[in-house]
Amino acid sequence: MSTATTVRRTALNETMRKAGGKMVDFHGWELPIEFAGILKEHEAVRNSAGIFDVSHMGQVFVTGADAFKLLQITNANDLRKATPGKGVYSHVTNEKAGLVDDIIAFCLAADRYLVIVNATTSTKDYEWFKAQAAKMYVKVENKSDDYSMIAIQGPNVPKMFDTFAPEALKLPRFGIVEKDLHGEHCYISRTGYTGEDGFEITAPHSIINKLWDEMMELGKPYNIVPCGLGCRDTLRLESGYLLYGSDVDDVHTTYESGYGWVVSLDKGEFIGRSILADQKANGVKVRLTGLTLTGGVPRTGCKVFLDGKEIGELNSATYSPTLKKGIGVGYMTPPDLKPGTPVEVEIRGRRVKGEIARTPFHKGTAFSKVLYTGKQ
Amino acid sequence: MSKPEELKYTKTHEYIHPGAETIVGISDHAQHEMGDVVFVELPRVGQKLEKEKPCAVVESVKSAFDIYSPVSGEVTAVNDAVTGEPALLNQSPLENGWLFKLKPSNPAEADALMDWAAYQEFVKQAAH
Repeated sequence: MSTATTVRRTALNETMRKAGGKMVDFHGWELPIEFAGILKEHEAVRNSAGIFDVSHMGQVFVTGADAFKLLQITNANDLRKATPGKGVYSHVTNEKAGLVDDIIAFCLAADRYLVIVNATTSTKDYEWFKAQAAKMYVKVENKSDDYSMIAIQGPNVPKMFDTFAPEALKLPRFGIVEKDLHGEHCYISRTGYTGEDGFEITAPHSIINKLWDEMMELGKPYNIVPCGLGCRDTLRLESGYLLYGSDVDDVHTTYESGYGWVVSLDKGEFIGRSILADQKANGVKVRLTGLTLTGGVPRTGCKVFLDGKEIGELNSATYSPTLKKGIGVGYMTPPDLKPGTPVEVEIRGRRVKGEIARTPFHKGTAFSKVLYTGKQ
Repeated sequence: MSKPEELKYTKTHEYIHPGAETIVGISDHAQHEMGDVVFVELPRVGQKLEKEKPCAVVESVKSAFDIYSPVSGEVTAVNDAVTGEPALLNQSPLENGWLFKLKPSNPAEADALMDWAAYQEFVKQAAH
């Protein structure tokens, strides 16, 4: 058997190449790391508009009388918050309260849910849901191979939707609407991974290139730019969003990841609940903690020191184009370090001064209480 | 300085402008491959460098890159402008974005480096 694996290409591959995308292998998917440059793309999303091919993301449909029951038992968050037309960000927990994945579960109708899962975990998630669904009246379908997905992100993006999809402008954050586009059934949600207002569109491969071109056209007045994985990472880390496989995994719990607000202990039983209840009562030993520094760029794996003693290492770290300094998050002990605490980060054998910082490092328009609802 | 034809190049994409005070920087191809440069760490004036040994670090948003001294010698000056404004490496790698100057201890080392035509060919081959 050959160990060589084929790299998967999205339906937008050709379009990405023509737009000047520098293509890289991202966990088995060929995707652009950058087009005009990470900084330019990052700034375009923060200040105006950018568009991403996120077709590597997975779609799992859960339908049937027990759809709610299945999602409620497999998630730390309370699915009752996801009424029809709304979604919730949640953690799918295992028996030890580690994360099977972090997901968004959208309620399309009382018995019909669309779960957006990570690329690297889509098969694992599907198998997990299937296993938990054994005795339930529910159908779990992994349709990740059937759909492409684009994310249009930035403070000016909602204005692009005035003519394109005015109904999407009525959506709250995490809202979703089903709409026929170019004759195909699509899903538009007010979500993203950048910290800015914007939308994600899940659509069949057959029309995704048309949609991309349409967005580029609608975005012209706002100088929309194609964006790659590079700025996707700087944008999400500034926003304090977790990256599955780097910041969270099968081992660390939701409380340890600093996402306690996701856990709904009072909703009733769910997988891993007893461990989370114990951590809620007695505290955690480590917590994913943020830091900033100047005088270098922190990277994944850099060790962190407090008063000369190693307290953890960075799970994700980069240069923050918005803050113009280094930012990073890592599991640290003690778990209750106060923002402003001076620490040191080891970069190439040298200790660079930094300080503990609150996350999100930066709050973009996605964190705004008032979103654009359309012309008038 | 500095037209690309007047420079000599290493396989690790540094350039030198040869002379009693040799100027060291990174090629336009290198800055393009690195992407947006956000941090630069230079050697100290007076530091003795050995040919092909790491002597500086250039960090882009994506990653950190070691810079290898193209020839041996003693550092006579460093470009403080690039530590203050790392984007100069992207904007002007051959002029305002130079890294440091050194006094070569063995001028013959420079002769072994690639000229512009050879470097262009090397970059083309590496792309395949």
